[in-house]
Amino acid sequence: MLNGTTTEIAERKALRINPAKTCQPIGAMYAALGIHGCMPHSHGSQGCCSYHRSHLTRHFKEPVMATTSSFTEGASVFGGLANLTQALRNIFTIYDPEIVAVHTTCLSEVIGDDIPTIIRKAREEGCIPDGKLVIHANTPSFVGSHVYGFANMTTAMVNYLSEKTGTVLNQVNVIPGFVEPADMREIKRIAAAMGVEIVMFPDTSNVLDGPLTGQYKMYPEGGATVAQIKSAGDSIATVALGHFASHVAAATLESKCKVPAAFLELPIGVSATDRFVDAIRGYAGVEVPAAIELERGRLVDLMSDLHQYFHGKRVAVSGDPDQVIALTQFLLELEMKPVMCITGSPGNAFEKRMHELLDSVVPAAKIKQNADLFELHQWMKNEPVDLLITNTYGKHIARAENVPFVRFGFPILDRAGHRYYPTIGYAGATRLIDQMLNALLDHRDRTCSEEWFELVQ
Amino acid sequence: MNSDLNLLPSRSTSITEVGAGGGAVVCGKVSLAGSVSQRACVFCGSRVVLYPIADALHVVHGPIGCAAYTWDIRGARSSGPQLFRNSFSTDLQELDVVYGGEAKLERTLNKLIDRHHPKAAFIYSTCIVGLIGDDVGAVCKRVSAAKGIPVLQVQSEGFKGTKKDGYKAACEAVFRLIGTGDTASIGPHSINLLGDFNIAGETWLVREYFERIGVEVVATITGDGRVDDIRRCHGAKLNLVQCAGSMTHLAKRLQDDHGIPFKKVSFFGIEDMAAALYGAAEFFADAVLMERAREIVSGEVARIMPQLRAWRTELEGRKAAIYVGGAFKAFSLVRALRTLGMRTALVGTQTGDKDDYEMLREMCDPGTIIVDDSNPIELAKFCLEQEVDLFIGGVKERPIAYKLGIGFCDHNHERKEALAGFEGMLNFAREVHASVTSPVWNYVPRRARPKSRETTREGNAA
Repeated sequence: MLNGTTTEIAERKALRINPAKTCQPIGAMYAALGIHGCMPHSHGSQGCCSYHRSHLTRHFKEPVMATTSSFTEGASVFGGLANLTQALRNIFTIYDPEIVAVHTTCLSEVIGDDIPTIIRKAREEGCIPDGKLVIHANTPSFVGSHVYGFANMTTAMVNYLSEKTGTVLNQVNVIPGFVEPADMREIKRIAAAMGVEIVMFPDTSNVLDGPLTGQYKMYPEGGATVAQIKSAGDSIATVALGHFASHVAAATLESKCKVPAAFLELPIGVSATDRFVDAIRGYAGVEVPAAIELERGRLVDLMSDLHQYFHGKRVAVSGDPDQVIALTQFLLELEMKPVMCITGSPGNAFEKRMHELLDSVVPAAKIKQNADLFELHQWMKNEPVDLLITNTYGKHIARAENVPFVRFGFPILDRAGHRYYPTIGYAGATRLIDQMLNALLDHRDRTCSEEWFELVQ
Repeated sequence: MNSDLNLLPSRSTSITEVGAGGGAVVCGKVSLAGSVSQRACVFCGSRVVLYPIADALHVVHGPIGCAAYTWDIRGARSSGPQLFRNSFSTDLQELDVVYGGEAKLERTLNKLIDRHHPKAAFIYSTCIVGLIGDDVGAVCKRVSAAKGIPVLQVQSEGFKGTKKDGYKAACEAVFRLIGTGDTASIGPHSINLLGDFNIAGETWLVREYFERIGVEVVATITGDGRVDDIRRCHGAKLNLVQCAGSMTHLAKRLQDDHGIPFKKVSFFGIEDMAAALYGAAEFFADAVLMERAREIVSGEVARIMPQLRAWRTELEGRKAAIYVGGAFKAFSLVRALRTLGMRTALVGTQTGDKDDYEMLREMCDPGTIIVDDSNPIELAKFCLEQEVDLFIGGVKERPIAYKLGIGFCDHNHERKEALAGFEGMLNFAREVHASVTSPVWNYVPRRARPKSRETTREGNAA
């Protein structure tokens, strides 16, 4: 498939080949699924909603519920007021959610539908039952990426729901970013081990990684409750993980409810997890328990056992900006060389931060925001790497270049582990080490000549 | 227990029960605003139909999502070029929405055609293109003139109808290619296969059957499709239309403009595959063809029947739910399941029409539920009420079935094994049997039978 990839790199302004991003609404839908009892609603044509549900289902292997305004030509000419009003009436009548989280699409954005006004009118007309909520986020598909859609819906949760009552609650907010349910589960486990009460939103654990019971639950057990998100305004502090996915929501909460925030990166690897644990510890005024120290010690032990296999390995990374920034730091902790790092999402903060991380240690590293996998592949053709880390789409490149490959990020459409094992925290780092080492050694075992084929490694 | 599984009152006319009387199934409507519809859009319809044309360039003109969600998701195999599996798009940004995306599209096309030298290019319009008013047709014309290949606009703005309208737009785009190739060498016993997309190599299987009986296959549209074959496909004497929902429009156009008759066929299941072969032989009124068709059918049936019978003993009396895109596939599946001794307890489609539902009503046993444009809540409700053992559907239905503790067979884009033809019937039966009888369902609380654990243990011990 990639035999058309050439080594000559031409500047492209009009053309996207094999993207490393997708559009805002899917991020908003994923975030909305992290509210308990929430029906995500796509205000656009049917296709958008169908594509997002299918895509999320391919990644999570779980049913994904969401409704659509089912735009027609009429709605596109006269505006989507009637569709959204009717949709809200139908959703509450039949599906009976606690809350509906509306996100827009390119269609409704270009038409210019004023969602807050439509929601207000729908409430006046009795389409929204008392005690039920509707929130919204603007998520034009022609701006940003899926990460921005996630951030916008998370910020909408703060804007619409969080309140300051004046009584400070003994709890810390965690805004986890666009990570897996397994990662969110891990954050809760770490907090529980430290004896810290947290409010995490969104929280898709037990929503998109639920058990098989044989019964169908439209609203699974998991998700941050509206009451919890409301109470975030009374928390001691907020720990926000990831500049792109979480910091805006934390800053909004800071200005709206005066909840101080720690603006951290995703806790991938030793130092980043240290900073996360330390932030939680500091705000909650607890000691780091022995169990967490033990996990850290075991991770460092594993790193020392295996560091000779990672040293100096040239790595190409593509992913969402928060993930790439955090993973790069972990790769450096393993003394690997992240020589090519791209994200499909636009945003200067990515390149700035990546240069801070890499300029002194890997001065020749190629760093690019708003890039695509075609370009990454061209770079790799010019300067081969030892390991490729991307979402599933990188498998075409890995095959074409016969390079060890680790799947990381969103989406993963062809493997299962991401649904069960976190990549954040000390435990998550051990999983990443396991995956990277296996990829490197499996490749060597398959390709080396007989006399270099080793039993013990 | 499942009290949250209610039906929308306005949906009741789109649901019927065989044997319970009542009027026709109301269908072909735009989905209700606010429903969890399983349906997609016009763009989706066009994209799935044209995507398998392997030596063409496919460019999505719109924001990134439409390109990203349709990138290499369809297991349509190509025996040669793999160009079609890449994702090319204009990735429209805010400024393009304000100032228009025509210039960007033109630059994109020029660059891609220079690099890949495709035989033709399809340009898919998305919602936003319909709103900002880009003159895609004019761009296509200019690029086509400059590069000397057909550059075809696909009018697939998402909101301008349903998935069916997308099929139609795709057919119109393909139709503009037809009639431009040389038909001189095409023989008298020649056909086109329309509406098979070579998922998991199905077109290859079916094509081989026809070639074995002595029928020349001019073009496969669009599975393992090639632009040059399509350009000369008007030289064929008969069109066989498999996915009737998507390709009947093209068949009609070929009949009207080129005088080629068409037959609706299905390649799923023994009966339908055999009928398709006999139908072609009958059409050409050639005893030799018919004789060879009989030989193939009897040989293949004899080959697969012993295994099918063995599986049938374990599947006898089990119940299935079917929810697929088009009605023609549903008909075939009802018959194929019957071959395996299974009863269809629920059947629905995204795009069936009134006649299709009448046909289903006649085919299915009393008590079978029939639905148009359903949603997960309805599907779950009926699966539980009917106590089905198997669900046949696509990507969105699979996890719902599993959550209910029900076996599943993908009969959509993501099937990994060919399900068409005689070999496909064997694969289908293997998948159905494996999933329905999987021990995993014994561990599902709802379906766990008393003592099932002990049975398993004894089984293991033995």
